[in-house]
Amino acid sequence: MNSLQSAHEKISSGQRLERDEILALYDENDLLYLAESARRVKEAKTGKKVFYTVNRHINLTNVCNANCPLCAFQCQSGDNRAFTLELADIAKILSLVPCPQSLSEIHIVSSLHPAKDFAYYLDAVKLVKKILPHVGINAFTPVEIVNFSKISGKTVAEVLHDLIDAGVTSLAGGGAEILSDRVREIICPKKCSASQWLEVMRTAHGLGLRTNASIMYGHVETVAERVDHLLKLRALQDDTGGFQAMMLFPFHPANTELGKRFNLRRVGSWEDLKMLALTRLTLDNFAHVKAFWIMLTLPIAQLALSFGADDLDGTLGEEKIIHAAGAAGSSITRGALTKLISETGYTPVERDSFYREAI
Amino acid sequence: MFVRGELEKIEQKVLRGERLTREDGLELFACHELSWLGALADSVRKKICGDAVYYNVNCHVNLTNICAARCKFCAFGRDADNRRAYAMTLDDAIDLVTEASRDPHLTGLHIVSGLHPTWSFDHYVEFVETLHKKFPALHVKGFTGVEIQHFANISGLSVEEVLTRLKAAGLQSIAGGGAEILSERVRNLLCPKKATADQWLNVARIAHRLGIKSNASMLYGHIETLAERVDHLIRLRALQDETGGFQTFICFPFLPKNTALERDIKQTSMWDDLRTIAIARLMLDNFPNIKAYWVMLTVPVAQVALSFGANDIDGTIHRENILHDAGATSPRSLAENEIIRIIREAGRVPVATGGNA
Repeated sequence: MNSLQSAHEKISSGQRLERDEILALYDENDLLYLAESARRVKEAKTGKKVFYTVNRHINLTNVCNANCPLCAFQCQSGDNRAFTLELADIAKILSLVPCPQSLSEIHIVSSLHPAKDFAYYLDAVKLVKKILPHVGINAFTPVEIVNFSKISGKTVAEVLHDLIDAGVTSLAGGGAEILSDRVREIICPKKCSASQWLEVMRTAHGLGLRTNASIMYGHVETVAERVDHLLKLRALQDDTGGFQAMMLFPFHPANTELGKRFNLRRVGSWEDLKMLALTRLTLDNFAHVKAFWIMLTLPIAQLALSFGADDLDGTLGEEKIIHAAGAAGSSITRGALTKLISETGYTPVERDSFYREAI
Repeated sequence: MFVRGELEKIEQKVLRGERLTREDGLELFACHELSWLGALADSVRKKICGDAVYYNVNCHVNLTNICAARCKFCAFGRDADNRRAYAMTLDDAIDLVTEASRDPHLTGLHIVSGLHPTWSFDHYVEFVETLHKKFPALHVKGFTGVEIQHFANISGLSVEEVLTRLKAAGLQSIAGGGAEILSERVRNLLCPKKATADQWLNVARIAHRLGIKSNASMLYGHIETLAERVDHLIRLRALQDETGGFQTFICFPFLPKNTALERDIKQTSMWDDLRTIAIARLMLDNFPNIKAYWVMLTVPVAQVALSFGANDIDGTIHRENILHDAGATSPRSLAENEIIRIIREAGRVPVATGGNA
């Protein structure tokens, strides 16, 4: 029996897929078979529910010393696009949230500011916690955590303890990009390594922090590197069980150094949906796979619900990172989001940071 | 596959190659099994069309936007005194096609226009004759059933005479537009001043008899019911049984922007677009081709539609006007290598047609 046959067999009997089988499914390129299979896995895990959350993104600063070629968001201090929020700015942003009691999550992700110390980030979290005590704070990627460790001289565990004390309730899933040092050397040479990223997650899970995970595809990585990436996440999840949701980020090449250097195009919707379904099939130990509508666009995100996704993320406030790389659309109302879900025959469920249903 | 009950029965029918009924069509529109629906339509597509995906390097020629019909779903048509009204001269049309001909791969023209209130039929014939003489290598696809009926009305000729003259002037096939929804209820509300459903079908029937191939279409996502969509497909299928002259079916999702319906109707979702294409593929068992028209669907949706039963993605277009007046967000033209890339990513084989699809 070849890899493809065994893949089909394992999918119909609900067994775990191995590397060569996943690659064979990729090559087979039968989009709707993948969709149908992934959707069955989704329904076995979360039934007819599709989750969303009422959240806001806060990007504290875009001044960054990592200078990753993949990024269109970062800039140097002194650049006319540069911004750095001070505590008063954060308080102001939060005071403008129209209906704060309906908010269930604040998502804080930023760049690696060359001059801000760890206390700055802790103070930002404490302030959010003080103003919105009922809200989950999903903050900082492992890349930022490693940076905090570096600038504070503390260990990763100590950094995480401090953040938990300040009010962080879960870690963001970004910065994973492709967990291959060959690829990272090209797309983000100054960021933490693949093993550091995984180690931060392992430590966080050990401390009881739930986190998300992600993949950024469609640049210089090979398909095998994508699959290996997923397998690394799956192996860690077997160990810790601390990942909540998997997110897929197609690379947006506009305004990036990487896009220019390799003359990259945004991959098509076909590739997006195929990767989504393959991810759902591969990550059998992840409860949720998110279709991040702001990256996929709303129409494709809606379709993603038929390809194994069970979460459309949130209503968002202003998102800056992906829009710097040319993504369209900014925020959506709860009504529009639930209508989109209902049209697919699924049931919209508002969730908090921990996938508890809102009352 | 993974469905039960009525849907499983429909699946069995499709796999046996049996024709679907009106009730089956309604059942399909009522179901939420999108990926199942797509996979089923895709299996039919494989059987009927294989892995080729057709596209063409073409140029749209919209002779005028001045129109006597002023249908409620249209953002292109205008009164003659409107600031943005235009009417091409013969030289304008030649210039446009000359510009598009800089692409050596250009194979066809697609001529569709408003129903100009004062132009004579002879004038339209002159356009066809002139373009055909000047660019003899280009396939001339032109005019919808609505325009042909209009020519008959203004000239006093029969539809057959109109078509015979156009054919003699160089017309090789007829465009698929103007079918909208083939229901008098809908047409009376939205487009009372143009060809009726019966007239539209009659033009196609006569054209086919004269050896002129044509396309068919459906404009959906406005005031029509799902049953009216199914009935529309069944009427096309019945005529195709009779004549075999339809080449391609095209789904047009209604774009409300800048139309009289803008306030009341929201644009269809991708979900609706894909299921409609899939259901069309399943119902229209006697149509050789189903087109995913990227201008209306957007390029990402059109690409995905290739796995929902479509085997044609339309063409490069050169410069699209009609739907961009209605707020289409897709580009006005698409490079040939981009079309090829989109098709290849879907694992299919790009095949350029001679402009007649």
